[in-house]
Amino acid sequence: MEQTRTTHSRRSFLKSSLLAGGGLMISFSWLPKAGQANTPHHPVAPEAWNELTGYVRIYPDNSITILNPNPEFGQNVMTSLPMMVAEELEADWKKIVVEMGPHDSTKLGAQFTGGSNSVRMYWRPLREAGAAARQMLLQAAAESWSVPIEELTTRAAIIYHEKTGKSGTYGSFASKAATLPVPKGMKLKAPKDFKVVRNSQKNVEGIKIVSGQPLFGIDYKVDGMLIAMIQHPPAFGMKLKSFDATQTLKMPGIKDVFTLKLYEEGFEQGGFDTRSFNDLLVVVGNTTWEVMNARKKLIVDWVPAGDTKDTFGGRGTKREVTVPGALESTTAQLAKMEEYAQKPAQQLRKDGDPETAFKNAAQIIERTYNAPFLAHNCMEPMNFFAHVTAEKALLAGPLQAPGWSEPTLAKLLQLPAEKIEIQMTRMGGGFGRRAYGHYLYEVALIAKKVQAPVKLIYTREDDMTYGIYRPMYTATYRAALDANKKLIAFHVKGGGIPEHAIHANRFPAGAVDNYLAEGWQIPSNITIGAFRAPRSNFNAAAEQSFLDELAEAMGKDPIDFRLELLQKVKEKPVGRNNEYDVDRYTGILKLVKEKSGWGKPENNKYNRGVAAYFCHNSYAAHVVDIVMRNNRPYVERVYSAIDCGIVINPDAATNMVEGAVIDGIGNAFYGKLSHKDGAAEQSNFHNYRMIRHSEAPAKIEVHFVQNDIDPTGLGEPPFPPVFGAVANALYKLNKKRHYNQPYLNNPLQSGTVTNNKKPF
Amino acid sequence: MLKLTINKKVYNLDIDPETPLLWALRDVIGLVGTKYGCGMAQCGACVVHLNGEAVRSCVTRVSRAAGKEVVTIEGLSDNNDHPLQQAWLELDVSQCGYCQAGQIMSAAVLLRENKNPTDKDINSAMEGNICRCGTYLRIHKAIQLAADIQRKGSK
Repeated sequence: MEQTRTTHSRRSFLKSSLLAGGGLMISFSWLPKAGQANTPHHPVAPEAWNELTGYVRIYPDNSITILNPNPEFGQNVMTSLPMMVAEELEADWKKIVVEMGPHDSTKLGAQFTGGSNSVRMYWRPLREAGAAARQMLLQAAAESWSVPIEELTTRAAIIYHEKTGKSGTYGSFASKAATLPVPKGMKLKAPKDFKVVRNSQKNVEGIKIVSGQPLFGIDYKVDGMLIAMIQHPPAFGMKLKSFDATQTLKMPGIKDVFTLKLYEEGFEQGGFDTRSFNDLLVVVGNTTWEVMNARKKLIVDWVPAGDTKDTFGGRGTKREVTVPGALESTTAQLAKMEEYAQKPAQQLRKDGDPETAFKNAAQIIERTYNAPFLAHNCMEPMNFFAHVTAEKALLAGPLQAPGWSEPTLAKLLQLPAEKIEIQMTRMGGGFGRRAYGHYLYEVALIAKKVQAPVKLIYTREDDMTYGIYRPMYTATYRAALDANKKLIAFHVKGGGIPEHAIHANRFPAGAVDNYLAEGWQIPSNITIGAFRAPRSNFNAAAEQSFLDELAEAMGKDPIDFRLELLQKVKEKPVGRNNEYDVDRYTGILKLVKEKSGWGKPENNKYNRGVAAYFCHNSYAAHVVDIVMRNNRPYVERVYSAIDCGIVINPDAATNMVEGAVIDGIGNAFYGKLSHKDGAAEQSNFHNYRMIRHSEAPAKIEVHFVQNDIDPTGLGEPPFPPVFGAVANALYKLNKKRHYNQPYLNNPLQSGTVTNNKKPF
Repeated sequence: MLKLTINKKVYNLDIDPETPLLWALRDVIGLVGTKYGCGMAQCGACVVHLNGEAVRSCVTRVSRAAGKEVVTIEGLSDNNDHPLQQAWLELDVSQCGYCQAGQIMSAAVLLRENKNPTDKDINSAMEGNICRCGTYLRIHKAIQLAADIQRKGSK
């Protein structure tokens, strides 16, 4: 069995330079092997090798600035990444100033926030940058004092030579250090020596957040800035035919109304250039309210777009994809999924002889699970600022991966990449949505046209109905038991619009002698994108519910059943390429069992559900305790066990897991974006049900497995298993299995439930 | 001309009286701590105080604020040391942070009216504020901590 890859092969180099006005600046370039980024539905990955740069700046007055390389969307990299630098630098964390770093088109790569990548990716290079800076400062001090470097010690950005009683600040040696060569092969601290990392540090932007300082893209403002909004078609599959803007143009503060094509015909899109609508009807004016109001006065004729073609480029290949023009409805989509589920599908993995095993089975359990599209609903709606001239472009706003958007921007604006500056603001949520830069391209073209600085704002309705949703998924699971109720075969066949979610090499693959995984997909004009733990967020609902039902059919405890399967993988794994690490998977199950008091009589008053899942290199298990409160199911307590390797910032990591649990409960209970005749049926929070304050659990107890494994990522892994644990707890509550999401908010109604009703 | 007092400062605005207070604050006055989230009083990101009452500024006409006292997150305290701000920092509540100004402004009215809020009081006062990151648990604890800080401060 292959171990999970937790480190990247890489070559890295550090560079030092003298700051203007004195001081030391360490930059590093790092060429990691990327490719772990979770791209949702297209094969185009970021360049295989990216270059990343970060900076440590030490000034003569001993102030130290660390630039954070990756954009912040609430996962707290603004704090955790600089902590890693500070650890090796031996600086006083409380005095360090953290700033958002720049996007550099030549030296920097994607700077992608997502895929639970940031901490994992920067773990070595950022510590190396800190260690190099410290080493050079020591070297400078040793030379100045004429003492051996080995006799020097550091504490809180001060260098000490005990024998002579000499001491000096980092800042006093910074300019000299900048003239020295950058050391090679630095020795990094052992985990037992960590002082900053593994100790909870407060969010460096906390004070700015609670005092309402401008931090977000929507807060960005320059003199003379205009506001733009786009009137998108009312439904997927529609396009603009004609418009009358007479009334709009008469409204106060309105500058212009015009149309733009986002991509010219045949434009080669990159993997994250998804857009739902290509003809942009744009209203530009002075203030948000004026534009919002005037836009309502547009008289627009929309027509069905019919089938359209998208052209995808990158990696030296070019391919055309037909986007079907039908105006889709959820009921028809479900019927179509049922039809496709009966057809032959692509085989993704096969071990042993599943066909024969199913034929010889004493008992077959078959269950089908469905889940709807989900909208990301970032609290800050999509927006971006642009100022474009003939020579250069400045863009600023919330974006998860500037490096993925820049090449497209360069093509659209016909400017060289080095003439494009993208500033990354704090994001009011991302969850995958802001990896797709269409709104940045839109504002760039608008700014070019109006020849003024302009900010594009999506209203909540624009945002929610635009697309880039979590796909609509289905999966049918089958298990074959022999006469002794032993599991002899396992089959999963998954599909979706427009992709399936199946991870063929994940648990329980490897644990069953006869195993088959298959997938199929239905093309659609409804656009999709990565949504916190793409695909896993459905699999962990379906698979973990199925395993729970299977355990019941086999008369086993659901945790013990999983542990038995894992023991089998440990002793005699079936097949190759099992993605997960058995010991880590087992570890979280045992930890959650212990911490939740699983099986203890005092917990009998709760309806308990358990689920565990591996994704994005980390492991998460939850035990969810549901009670009835005011005639509604309420998740009162949650116990979480997480293995993400070394935890950089424990309290912030705990916050992230708590958030993932609440986010998971909300989406499992209520999350649903449905369609009628191509139009989204939910447009704002009055009809898209979000979890509310009183529905958050009274207690979420988060436990991290203590080990010294290099960090393996945390933003996504705790999210998917919440769905399964909730479904399994709901079953305990009302003795009804929940196959269709959202569990409490008009679940999808599917004809396949006939299978689900068969007793086992 | 509309005369408004915002965070103890007087503004004379030449503005369409129908304009929501939210956009007057953000686009005209330049106080952007108050956030746009839904525009229909569903999410609470835009909560400000109007004569001491929590209102959704996205559906409050600026004309309604004329002659009245408006307090936004920027003016909640003189030194960012309102008990809620202290508690929010102490418990490191924020994730993305976008909704937190609205959360704090809703909680501030609760704490002024109710020195010892129960779980139920907090739940009902905060039900209108959505946090997409799911920091509700910490918000809840921070309000309890702020109530503690407030009680100790008033002794």
